[in-house]
Amino acid sequence: MAFIDYYKILGLDKQASDKDIKAAYRKMARKYHPDLNPNDPEANKKFQQINEANEVLSDQEKRKKYDKYGENWQHGEEHEKYAQQQRAQGGNTYSGFGGGKSQGFEDYGDFGGGGDFSDFFNSMFGGNGRSSSKQAKYRGQDFNAELQLSLRDILTAQKQTLTVNGKNIRLTIPAGVENGQTIKITGHGGQGANGGPAGDLFIKFNIPPESDFKRDGANLYQNIQLDLYTAVLGGEVTIDTLNGKVKIKVAPGTQNGSIVKLKGKGLPVYKQEGNYGDLLVTYQVLVPTHLNDKQKELFTELSKLK
Amino acid sequence: MTATGLIAASEFCTYHHVEFRFIDSLSEAGLLETQSVGQEIFIPESELQHLEKLIRLHHELEINLAGIEAITHLLQRMETLQDEMRVMRNKLSRFEE
Repeated sequence: MAFIDYYKILGLDKQASDKDIKAAYRKMARKYHPDLNPNDPEANKKFQQINEANEVLSDQEKRKKYDKYGENWQHGEEHEKYAQQQRAQGGNTYSGFGGGKSQGFEDYGDFGGGGDFSDFFNSMFGGNGRSSSKQAKYRGQDFNAELQLSLRDILTAQKQTLTVNGKNIRLTIPAGVENGQTIKITGHGGQGANGGPAGDLFIKFNIPPESDFKRDGANLYQNIQLDLYTAVLGGEVTIDTLNGKVKIKVAPGTQNGSIVKLKGKGLPVYKQEGNYGDLLVTYQVLVPTHLNDKQKELFTELSKLK
Repeated sequence: MTATGLIAASEFCTYHHVEFRFIDSLSEAGLLETQSVGQEIFIPESELQHLEKLIRLHHELEINLAGIEAITHLLQRMETLQDEMRVMRNKLSRFEE
């Protein structure tokens, strides 16, 4: 468990007055408050640290204890007991933090959990270490989760059950969600402190690109290879779309790079039931290589005819 | 909206220890949608989460009404910009091999 420098967190030095602490806390809380930094886990973490630092430094008793033991807080109680013993026996005052197994702050865990405060805080002040006089309500931490989906998954609305912190959450993912899109599930984040509201759960959808299809909103782009003869003479090709195989007619004289739009064969438009994007097929005409003698002869003949 | 989707502003104020004047000011500033049924003012359930957030800003951060108004506006802009950025990123990925 690492020592936490509460002064450093609030950007103060040890000589800071109560007024300085209050001002620094207010300034930093305004900067990192979860309501002002939605969906930002870093800001959330910072806000918790600021709250914890304020909880200790704004309380005279806690600050005194924190200042007294500082980085040696783990041996603080041991030191205290030893010093008392020495005084009772009329011995010399103990002048340093002794070795041996610590019986001090690490045993404070019996006081119960301390919500979102650090292990350092809980072990030093116990779970009941929060100021009872203030009873400040803190909103719970926001949770962030990522859900991986394929393009095929988002063709229809998906019902999924997620397990977050031991709780099952049923959710319906609307068809056509975008890569990187985040949805908020209110009240399914961390528990609030002192009766404060629970945080929210943010789920970010990760839809990795697929080699066959490129996406732009609800439209899909697909490249298909077309042999020279079909491109020149026209014909039919069968392509694989996300919805299955589709037969399309190729017009005679189709150029390399020409695009055919298949209306409504793209992805569902997000939250617009029944609306679909288009599938845009780009033809890549393949010029034959390794011609045999007969083919060469025919191409030569063709070239003379032009 | 059905009656079950409305919460009496007076009840809300008692529960959250806020003065009705604050709710009224938010409503006047266009930051909160309220509904009148007879003499009583109600808060739609759909507005609850938003209202609680505004109260937190007011109480925890000591931000006044003008500040809340500015913050709400900026947060909305930030959300729009983040959405735009996401869409642009996805568009760009179409040209990446």
